[in-house]
Amino acid sequence: MLRFAFNRLLQAIPVLLIVISATFFLVHSAPGGPFSADKAVPPEVIRALEAQYNLDQPLWQQYISYLGDVLQGDLGPSFKYSGRTVNELIAAGLPATAELAMYAMLVALIIGISAGVLAAMRPNTMQDYLPMSAAMLGICMPSFLLGPILVLVFGIHLEWLPVSGWGDIPGDKILPAITLGTGYAAYIARLSRGGMLEVLSQDYIRTARAKGLSEPLIIFKHALRGGLIPVVAFLGPAFAGLLGGSFVVETIFQIPGLGRFYVQAAFNRDYTMILGMTVFFATLIILFNLLSDMLALWLNPKLRQQAGGDS
Amino acid sequence: MKPQVPVSTSSAFFTISLILLCSLLLGSCGSSENNVSKGNRTGTLHWGNGTEPQSLDPHIATGVPEHKIIVALMEGLVLKDSKTLEPRPGVAESWEISDDGRVYTFHLRDNARWSNGDPHNAHDYVWSWWRALQPALGNLYAYMYFSIENAKEYYEGEISDFEQVGVKALDDLTLQVTLKNPTPYFLQLLDHYSLYPVHQATVEKFGTADQRGTRWTYEGNIVGNGAFQLRDWKINRRVVVERNPYYWNADNVRLNEIVYYPTENAITEERMFRAGQLHYSGTVPADKIATYQSNNDPALRIDPYLGVYFYRINVETPQLQDKRVRRALGMTIDRDQLTERILKAGQIPAYAITPPGTMGYYPESDLRFDPEAARQLLADAGYPNGEGFPSTEILYNTSEGHRKLAVAIQQMWKKHLNIDVTLLNQEWKVYLNSVSMKDYQIGRAGWIGDYVDPNNFLDMFLCNGGNNRTGWCNPAYDKLILEDAAEAETHEQRLAIFTQAEKMLLADMPVIPIYIYTSNNLVDPSVKNFSGNILNQPSFSEIYLESDNGGQQ
Amino acid sequence: MDDLQVMEEQGSSLWRDAWIKLSKNYLALFGLGVIVLLCIVSLLTPWIAPYGYEEQDLMLGATAPSLQHWLGTDIFGRDMLTRIMYGGRVSLMVGFIATAVALVIGVLWGAIAGFVGGRVDAVMMRIVDIMYALPFMIFIVLLMVVFGRNILLLFLAIGAVEWLTMARIVRSQVMSLRKQEFVEAAYSLGLSQWTIIRRHIIPNTLGPVIVYTTLTIPSVMLLEAFLSFLGLGIQPPESSWGLLINYGVETMEEYPWLLIFPGVTLSLTLFALNFLGDGLRDALDPRTSKD
Repeated sequence: MLRFAFNRLLQAIPVLLIVISATFFLVHSAPGGPFSADKAVPPEVIRALEAQYNLDQPLWQQYISYLGDVLQGDLGPSFKYSGRTVNELIAAGLPATAELAMYAMLVALIIGISAGVLAAMRPNTMQDYLPMSAAMLGICMPSFLLGPILVLVFGIHLEWLPVSGWGDIPGDKILPAITLGTGYAAYIARLSRGGMLEVLSQDYIRTARAKGLSEPLIIFKHALRGGLIPVVAFLGPAFAGLLGGSFVVETIFQIPGLGRFYVQAAFNRDYTMILGMTVFFATLIILFNLLSDMLALWLNPKLRQQAGGDS
Repeated sequence: MKPQVPVSTSSAFFTISLILLCSLLLGSCGSSENNVSKGNRTGTLHWGNGTEPQSLDPHIATGVPEHKIIVALMEGLVLKDSKTLEPRPGVAESWEISDDGRVYTFHLRDNARWSNGDPHNAHDYVWSWWRALQPALGNLYAYMYFSIENAKEYYEGEISDFEQVGVKALDDLTLQVTLKNPTPYFLQLLDHYSLYPVHQATVEKFGTADQRGTRWTYEGNIVGNGAFQLRDWKINRRVVVERNPYYWNADNVRLNEIVYYPTENAITEERMFRAGQLHYSGTVPADKIATYQSNNDPALRIDPYLGVYFYRINVETPQLQDKRVRRALGMTIDRDQLTERILKAGQIPAYAITPPGTMGYYPESDLRFDPEAARQLLADAGYPNGEGFPSTEILYNTSEGHRKLAVAIQQMWKKHLNIDVTLLNQEWKVYLNSVSMKDYQIGRAGWIGDYVDPNNFLDMFLCNGGNNRTGWCNPAYDKLILEDAAEAETHEQRLAIFTQAEKMLLADMPVIPIYIYTSNNLVDPSVKNFSGNILNQPSFSEIYLESDNGGQQ
Repeated sequence: MDDLQVMEEQGSSLWRDAWIKLSKNYLALFGLGVIVLLCIVSLLTPWIAPYGYEEQDLMLGATAPSLQHWLGTDIFGRDMLTRIMYGGRVSLMVGFIATAVALVIGVLWGAIAGFVGGRVDAVMMRIVDIMYALPFMIFIVLLMVVFGRNILLLFLAIGAVEWLTMARIVRSQVMSLRKQEFVEAAYSLGLSQWTIIRRHIIPNTLGPVIVYTTLTIPSVMLLEAFLSFLGLGIQPPESSWGLLINYGVETMEEYPWLLIFPGVTLSLTLFALNFLGDGLRDALDPRTSKD
């Protein structure tokens, strides 16, 4: 297992390098620069600004010096937010995003797995149709629709919960967590139902049933571990995605997270910010994919043997 | 080999999750007072501020949200009356203007202080204005200084000695400014943040004078001369300012605190306002305005705004080279319908570029909604009934409001002129690039006045004006604006010259005026002394909070 | 030899069996019926739509459903029924084509990586990691700028993003199948890798793939709405369901019918797809025949 992890981390180095290079040249070739503005910008101002951020050097030179900085953990200054560094901005946005991601994932796992398992226990009965229809509703209820509806109902009409904010007013974390978690819950419900159905038709479960074990014991002790493999494969990228920030939910609820930074940076052509977020995001994805693969190995002993023999 | 998850593991997982979720839910219950009523008690104004400020350096910032924060932190020589916008004493308690209108002498208050208690005097202005004119600083508002003698020459590097620029501190409390030409709007400029003073010792503590992006504007560092001082700045979350005890007029400031919220999404901001989380929101979604109006909600304040929405025409486009075609396009936009049915916030149909009433100026325009005459013009230009007119594209930057207008105008041109128009929306930076490269045919545009004078609108269309971007160039027009208007002896003469110039512009129609903006504000009834004005500029030192049911600051 | 015979038989009769099983599942048939109906309506829309999709009546504005306009009108006075019919053409096309792109690439990629394993797997999955990490929006903006706006490009761009998760899911499924007895049996019988993938691996991964596909179609439709809303997708006056819903959300308190009708249409479509997907999954599962 350790060797597997070490190998994957080694492989991560070229991946990160390719991601950085591709993004670097991608953002620099996108039309419109970081300093274009509504009002005409005099050429001398553009020159001064470009000199200050080293944008007047040849592109390859900028590329080399950027790589050098990234190696030292310095993601550079933000072009848009005068005086802020990218490291500082990511550090400012990460806590809210991570906290939101955690709550949303909790909501998703609890609702999703319960619904999926319930449905798989009695396939093609009401106990299956009801949670699965609800899950489908959750999927086709995108956050840009669910968020405002929850806000209108619970925030404006019932006045139970705040309509926006993050840690400013008690209770302002509930609606965003539910909004963001619902979509994932729906996915997890579908995937865990599928996985459980696969497992429940396996021979060892039949054996367990034949031995007269109680149904909950079979589900929790024997089936869940195998049945959740598809969920685990989905979990890694999903959680990394959540940590990249959810632009829509963060915007609706006015949450100071990474998603807003990322989209704003793309729109502002804040080159260093886009690059920095990408590097950060790529690292997260690699880590979480690794974690979810390791978890899948742990859940499936057959694969474990084979991965041990992997180069 | 069978999978073995002990029951305890999975049930532990569920238990832990449930506990966490419950704590999340419980930790949050408990009744809470909303921001507005709490703010009314503590003297805290909760202000919806649009977007995250890019910078609080008055010589670097350019946007409206930045402006609303900077005016609380800093102040210029002269203030404007919050209703009439007439000049009022600020840091300068009085001033004299020479008979030829070129030399201004300002007498500063002796009790003006920086927020750290340092004395605030005339030398601060000389140094600050020198700083603002350093090209390396990248001040986009440097042109606000160009009415001062030699300021433009210094900025463009033609002269290198700042002594020759018309700014002098005669003594600690007397500042003399010499202008190039008599400039009737000069006093107004002094209230624009690009002419605000900055605290030299603080700026230099964190970098050189002309260095961008130093940390001097952060909380704990920044020193200003305004009614408030910065206490907290959390990115994408809030900016908090509190009373500045050293402000010269501190006794009359009644707010204790202002909390600014950066909310990009207008719909979210409106909901925050409705839920009592904000005292003020500066953007009201168009479709919500009707609701507020039909409820006769006193929170909705609509005021004229010094800005015009128009379409630029790239006059180098083959089918748009003929001014008859451009006039025909301008004459078939039914502006009354647009403002009443789509914009819905009392916007005024525009038939000229300068908003009517700007410094007593009322443009004369022969532009009308007249489909009959427009069809004739189009036929004269070689496209009877729109036949053979190539498909033309309207470019706009991605936004719901621009989309709605473009969709409606597309149909109007189709209906009245029988020409095919396609729409193209581009993301903001791509749009800016396309417009400045003149890679468009018809493009959406808007202009908000920096100061109240027709010049601010009309000098956009000079041949080499940076914001012209239409390819239209008329030397006679340039001469009127640059020479005749600058040398005009009386106000009336000057306005007559502008009238003549604007007629010239409208006859050629490189731009199609569409409507004059309004500012739509939602203001909680507990906010007193909030006065609407055509620059939509709040005066935080006058505002106070008083809830009608007795809650008192 | 016995084993192989059994599997061969299963392989060849898979589709016929599936159809028989599907035709007994009424919910799935209902789903299929709805999808077919929607496709027919979309194809015929230019001839049967009550109004032109860009026909405006500004003075009318937004009105609630009436006899003239069964589903009401939007703020431009355009007929919502017509808008929804035209929007369906775009949404269904994006949904099906982009998902098909994602499906083909994702399944092949995941199956090969999971089946071959070792270095090939490592390289292929690292490529997936790279694609995951690229800034999607900049990528789309660039595509649009370089190639111009083009609906085909939108399909490709969406497909190019959506296949990644599919590939990961298929790979993990294949990896667990690979060590199962019947695959090892096929190996020992000397079948070529390609034959094994085609005959055993792909049919056995169909279940999760179909489930994920029914999840992908709605997310593709919503992604299209998001891109169009940012100005990167289709341009007005054309529309799609996702875009109609997006606009509807903004005015849901004032003009609820602008949200309800496109929302209901989209939900109905997704439910139908879901029932069909579940039915197909059950019908194609080689093991359910044993029950």
